[in-house]
Amino acid sequence: MSKDNPTLIESATFPRHVIAEIQRAAKTGIYDIRGFGAKRDIPTFDDLVFLGASTSRYPLEGYREKCTTEVILGNRFAKNPIHLKTPITIAGMSFGSLSAQAKESLGRGATIAGTSTTTGDGGMTPEERGHSKTLVYQYLPSRYGMNPDDLRKADAIEIVLGQGAKPGGGGMLLGQKISPRVAQMRNLPEGIDQRSACRHPDWTGPDDLEIKIQELREITNWEKPIYVKVGATRVFYDVTLAVKAGADVVVVDGMQGGTAATQDVFIEHVGIPTLPAVRMAVEALQEMDMHRKVQLIVSGGIRSGADVAKALALGADAVSIGTAALIALGDQSPEFDDEYKEIGSAAGFWDDYQAGNDPAGITTQDPELAKRLDPILGGRRLANYINVLTLELQTLARACGKSHVHNLEPEDMVALTMEAAAMAGVPLAGTNWIPGKGGI
Amino acid sequence: MTEINLEKSTIRELNEALQAGSSGDKFSVNNTVGKHALSVGLTTKVDVEINGHVGYYCAGMNQQANIIINGNAGPGLAENMMSGQVRVTGNASQYAAATAHGGLLVIEGDSSSRCGISMKGVNIVVGGNIGHMSAFMAQSGCLVVCGDAGDALGDSIYEAKIYVRGKVKSLGTDCIEKEMRDEHKKELQQLLSQSKMSHGVEEFRRYGSARKLYNFDIDQVDDY
Repeated sequence: MSKDNPTLIESATFPRHVIAEIQRAAKTGIYDIRGFGAKRDIPTFDDLVFLGASTSRYPLEGYREKCTTEVILGNRFAKNPIHLKTPITIAGMSFGSLSAQAKESLGRGATIAGTSTTTGDGGMTPEERGHSKTLVYQYLPSRYGMNPDDLRKADAIEIVLGQGAKPGGGGMLLGQKISPRVAQMRNLPEGIDQRSACRHPDWTGPDDLEIKIQELREITNWEKPIYVKVGATRVFYDVTLAVKAGADVVVVDGMQGGTAATQDVFIEHVGIPTLPAVRMAVEALQEMDMHRKVQLIVSGGIRSGADVAKALALGADAVSIGTAALIALGDQSPEFDDEYKEIGSAAGFWDDYQAGNDPAGITTQDPELAKRLDPILGGRRLANYINVLTLELQTLARACGKSHVHNLEPEDMVALTMEAAAMAGVPLAGTNWIPGKGGI
Repeated sequence: MTEINLEKSTIRELNEALQAGSSGDKFSVNNTVGKHALSVGLTTKVDVEINGHVGYYCAGMNQQANIIINGNAGPGLAENMMSGQVRVTGNASQYAAATAHGGLLVIEGDSSSRCGISMKGVNIVVGGNIGHMSAFMAQSGCLVVCGDAGDALGDSIYEAKIYVRGKVKSLGTDCIEKEMRDEHKKELQQLLSQSKMSHGVEEFRRYGSARKLYNFDIDQVDDY
């Protein structure tokens, strides 16, 4: 119903944004390609709350009693597992989709905060390696910029089978972002649309993956933890197969996970939310008696210390942030609102990461725009943000009486909706009922 | 010459020894029985002679080493090779030299499907035939085929060059036959000589990208 004219009723089936998309499609003949992540309303960690300590539990004193956050990743087979001060890591994002300054900022911020950052499609840049104390090297289907020297320089290797924004899809970097440096690193001509393959070129299934992991370990002297990253779909089976193939760490990325450029239909309609994905991954690990032996990193829509705490309480060992990290650097800043408006958007709504004209200078290869991000300031902002998340995480863990954030458990939470109760496997608040598992 | 017998040594011991080799060192590897990930991640100009069939990813990510396999090779032979030379006296399975950035891979026999998939600068010379979808999304480098090529050769190819002496069953999307100019004949001659193949360059035809798919065009959508 219109605010100005109560006789005008907007269609629930054809609201204005749907009508606008039909009109856009009819005009251009091409699907909508954009960045960011899923925008639709889905069950999230917001639908869970913690049961703070009371008569049956006792809490820990804030700032006085220890609640540790250290995490070790990759101690199953790797000689040199990763030690982090906080379980909040930076997800893989490519140089190409991001400017060199943005990548450097991520490295600086992660290093100050005592965590890891991750390369992306297109390989490792010297700036990124130089400013990242702990750097995870993504091994992607396209193998753009894939170099065994860089593999050996990395602290861990993440084999990417998929990502939450587009499980089953590859990547794309549109021509406007293919600068000479990006083209050179990817071994392709400047200005062409670069397609990143949707599956690896030299294996076809989990049995092959096991041999691929063996090869990567042989090349890196069995030193580096090997992560396997999947987009959240058939999580139970994917995690089981990744563990069977020999992964040290499994990364599960829910549908809220961001991307630099993908079809909107992919972002909004493929994959499952992070909330059920965590539970399914943990169940797979527990069934194999591998929970806490193979570490689980969860990503996709992590925004606050509450999200981190809930993911950990469901059984994750760590989380990754991508979109939130870019926002911490300055993405969506009201400072650029006039410029967002000039390109048909607004601060808080900007999602055309593929276009290369990012006013905040983050998702661009335009040297003038990229200069707007000071990597030192960006790194500081990111470190501040990670520190806030860590403090929030500790606050919630102490309230539940936990001296280590990994001691959080599903029993510490209830759900506010039936959907969340079913997805997360925790009772609906005020009951002991978990849909699908009985109780009253 | 250092001999490594895989009946007695583990794959880890083999690769550790080869990776620690200095330029000019010579190794012979025996009793391979199709084992995987042999002779991977080498970084120096060692000479390695492998006697027997090998499994997946033999010579993976090779840098500088000269590796000869007297036998057949499994999938992913010399995947992501950066430099050096790998030679197989028999046949190779799928994805030979996948994503390889440099060096020379010589397959004296046949190579199965997806030979040179996403190749990024490597040169590949195949004495026999190659399977379907070879040079799929090939970015740069040369694929020389002395026999026949299977279906969908060079599908979605970028700037790589393909030379085929025999028949091509079908070309993939955006792959076309191109004129064989003098610079191509010279390049091909050099690759044939390096590979010890005796065919004349005039027997080959050249294929490459029509470059119509480089930027998305809705009118090309039926090509995908």
